[in-house]
Amino acid sequence: MAQFSLPQNSKIEVGNYFKDKTKSKNLRKINVYRWDPSTGKNPRVDTYEVDMDNCGPKVLDILFKIKNEIDPSLTFRRSCAHGVCGSCAMNIDGVNGLACIKSHSDISGDLNIYPLPHLKVVKDLIGDLTTLYKQYESIQPWLKVDQTGQEKTELRQSQSDREKLDGYYECILCACCSTSCPSYWWNGDKYLGPAVLLQAYRWINDSRDSDKKERLKKVADELKLYRCHTIMNCTNSCPKGLNPAKAIGSIKKMLATS
Amino acid sequence: MENNNPLSPHLQIYKWQISSLLSITHRIVGVINFFSITLICIWAILIVFGQNNYLAVNVFLNTIFGKFIVISLCWTFSFHILNELRHLVWDAGYGFDLKVAKITGMIVFIGSFVLTILFYILGRNFL
Repeated sequence: MAQFSLPQNSKIEVGNYFKDKTKSKNLRKINVYRWDPSTGKNPRVDTYEVDMDNCGPKVLDILFKIKNEIDPSLTFRRSCAHGVCGSCAMNIDGVNGLACIKSHSDISGDLNIYPLPHLKVVKDLIGDLTTLYKQYESIQPWLKVDQTGQEKTELRQSQSDREKLDGYYECILCACCSTSCPSYWWNGDKYLGPAVLLQAYRWINDSRDSDKKERLKKVADELKLYRCHTIMNCTNSCPKGLNPAKAIGSIKKMLATS
Repeated sequence: MENNNPLSPHLQIYKWQISSLLSITHRIVGVINFFSITLICIWAILIVFGQNNYLAVNVFLNTIFGKFIVISLCWTFSFHILNELRHLVWDAGYGFDLKVAKITGMIVFIGSFVLTILFYILGRNFL
């Protein structure tokens, strides 16, 4: 049975309040989830007053402003800052997304920032994605061919076959979708989750791959695949506008018709 | 090694979407329907043990509270039927588009009330 409430050591406490020192007239309250592994205390939510007159347009700009000017201990991951690497995936205003491409002007009122849901927290806004990476490895995300390597022939793909991968190859594995899925929250150890299943579909659907049948067989499992109940939180949260729900639906359909 | 780090909040903070609300409603309503069908069957079986047993329930269902239950059940079945049709279309591979899913979701929600009224009127007047 799934546990719907947070365990005792995860209950969120009221944190510190950082009052504005810039005397700006355009202030915004930013509530950020904090947890420091070295203190042994429960997580807390700190509130920062941020001067919005001197801040970039994205949520990541706010986080940088806090880290640079108010509280250097704030920890978060980021790399490219252009929505390509997927490092800054977090829960912004109740929905998962990439902080680097989410405009804070799209959100009204105080801004709440949490780590991706239902993960073991490493520190502050960083969640532990080890399970997800293991599951990704389990679907063998590489091209499998019958060739021995001696043939030296090119694996050609027609334009229409290549187009079948559109909407799937763009996935950056930021884990926004998987961590938005209630099914993945309750069965994350067994259910593969939208991100990994979308990737699985990407390889099943590749005309150059010769292991399609085996791949389908491997994924056809009560827990691995069929825990998807088309809740569609995944598609709602994907920062790249992809549709994991459709990918999973396509796998189910393939299994039903093959 | 067991990981004793805290679990990040999930249900507590995640914003409800139309799709997720409909999904959880579908499940709750499914459970209610399961039990209500069982009770309706038991009620039907009561005829075997005499008309009075059956009538007692009949009288109860004609009180205001009983009518509320009947109408509620009309809604739970209406919702389940319509949303199940939506699932059927999904299983056929259509309607996953975010916009389409939102529209069909709203149709199901509004349609469930229309169907409830239809069920009730039909049941009252023609059965």
